[in-house]
Amino acid sequence: MNNNALLPYRHVRAEIVAMLSTDDLFTIAEAEPTRASYARALLEIGERNPMVVVLDADVSKSIGTNKFAEKFPERSFNFGIAEQNMFAAAAGMATTGLIPFATTYAVFASLRALDMLRNSIHYPRLNVKIAASHSGITPGPDGVTHQGQEDLSIMRSIANSTVIAPADNDTTTLAVEAAVAYDGPVYLSFTRDPVPKIFTPDYPFEIGKAVTVRDGSDATIIAVRDLTAHALVAAERLAGRGVDVRVIDCHTLKPLDVKSVLQAAEETGAIVTAENNIFFGGLGSAVAEVLVENHPVPMKRIGVRDTFAESGPYQDLLDKYGLSARHIVKAVEEVLERKKS
Amino acid sequence: MAQVPMSVDELKHMAAAIRCDIIEMICTASAGHPGGSLSATDIVTALYFRLMRLDPQNPRWPDRDRFILSKGHACPVWYAALAERGFYDKSHLGTLRRLGSILQGHPDMNKVPGIDMTTGSLGHGLSVGIGMALAGRLQKKDYHVWVVIGDGESQEGSIWEAAMAGAKWKLDNLTAILDRNNLQNDFYVDDLMPIEPVADKWRAFGWHVVPIDGHDMAAIVTALEDAKTRKGVPTMIIARTIKGKGVSYMENVCEWHGKAPCREEADKALCEIRGDQEVQP
Repeated sequence: MNNNALLPYRHVRAEIVAMLSTDDLFTIAEAEPTRASYARALLEIGERNPMVVVLDADVSKSIGTNKFAEKFPERSFNFGIAEQNMFAAAAGMATTGLIPFATTYAVFASLRALDMLRNSIHYPRLNVKIAASHSGITPGPDGVTHQGQEDLSIMRSIANSTVIAPADNDTTTLAVEAAVAYDGPVYLSFTRDPVPKIFTPDYPFEIGKAVTVRDGSDATIIAVRDLTAHALVAAERLAGRGVDVRVIDCHTLKPLDVKSVLQAAEETGAIVTAENNIFFGGLGSAVAEVLVENHPVPMKRIGVRDTFAESGPYQDLLDKYGLSARHIVKAVEEVLERKKS
Repeated sequence: MAQVPMSVDELKHMAAAIRCDIIEMICTASAGHPGGSLSATDIVTALYFRLMRLDPQNPRWPDRDRFILSKGHACPVWYAALAERGFYDKSHLGTLRRLGSILQGHPDMNKVPGIDMTTGSLGHGLSVGIGMALAGRLQKKDYHVWVVIGDGESQEGSIWEAAMAGAKWKLDNLTAILDRNNLQNDFYVDDLMPIEPVADKWRAFGWHVVPIDGHDMAAIVTALEDAKTRKGVPTMIIARTIKGKGVSYMENVCEWHGKAPCREEADKALCEIRGDQEVQP
């Protein structure tokens, strides 16, 4: 169980807590892209579950699913650069009881093949797992065409969808296992760039249940995927200024953990959301929808503003486009001001 | 209940009955797509009453043959065939497109017994069929997957993605049938966005191509039976058809793609179809 000495942090590794007050978290901490964590998790799940098959669209070497293809060649299908065909074929496979993981980049899954996702997977509620790497502006150097900065918003808007975006390597493994256990379409959103290994093995992953990773009473940061690490850094900096901030890792965007969101609003009275995603329709919108109808409190959204990004090193991009810890700190200070008045 | 497999003559009678069902249901609903339903009727009839391994009492039998009407707007023919085959009571046909009906405007696999895949958005069905065929091979099942696509639908790029994949994996447990009626919503296919030489295209993509008259029941049965047993390659049957087949005022008339006949028109259509073939009680 979590070492009490690490409180108010929960499920956060001691080495990570020690780094939160420095810049080390994004430079020297052990890190891994969650796409790689996904590919590794599949290898193990494939061993246990013969119904799991993996579909690729010519980016298996990038995502790491080529290792599944080497280990289970008969259960691996590379469709070439033809995402529409891949996702509809995944639907066909799912009708027979197979559990297909159709794997590509977020832009191609959520945009190019969206019609297949909507009409052939989500409408008939088929048991297809849509595994999307390069979500948000995490494919830093690749530039805009490969930065899936809308996927969370798009996928949240599709009926019957479940949308999961884990924050680190171990929770990615838990998310993939939960997706296999769940009967129905699941969209899994992964990073291209490395993210620090934040959590301890006791992290309680359950679809639709957000996890409080830092206790706090003055305000709450609700974060998803790669911005959970930045939210923790922001909370530590704020603690240094005497502000006690709760941090929630909202790994499931849909169904949103409404109870945790409302509890945070009621108990802390101010909310900041943090997502590496366009700030229309994603986590910020989901939380705002709940608050405005039930318990409005001062709130601010961190997300990609109404713009496309550019090529650049991942962490520098986050900073330039307003998604890093310092922006979250500022947003918390703003909502605290509004909470006072 | 109809005895299967049917002879060619029996199939012709059944096709006429299904055509009558189509006219009646679209007239009752005051909406639907008669043209493309009637052009595909003979093919669908041959599949459901001669070729396909099915159990109407167990619609999701894992070993059944699969059928996908990729041109989902022609679902009245699918609904009628399933009802005539005993998957559900024929009284459902009168509820087409009504609120609360199992018979949606485009087919929903979770509402209708026997519908193997939800369709409606064009260019999906052949890919879905490829997934089913790959899954059958992986799970060592000997079912066959049948997919009817439209010629207007063949303008969708995803059809050609599927064409490549079917050949790559040598899916001889998959057969596609092109309902080549040469009409789409707006105009003639050949003029709007030509797909010819369509047989050469499928051959070039690596499929075994069989051109037939899509209203010659004996030819349909022969082509389908050949496709089912052919090894090492997927088959594309190019069925030359007439949109609105069986109803003189609908045949080859673009407007009947998505228009319902009024009662008077429907009665005229039923007379014509019954005059062609005596409908069995």
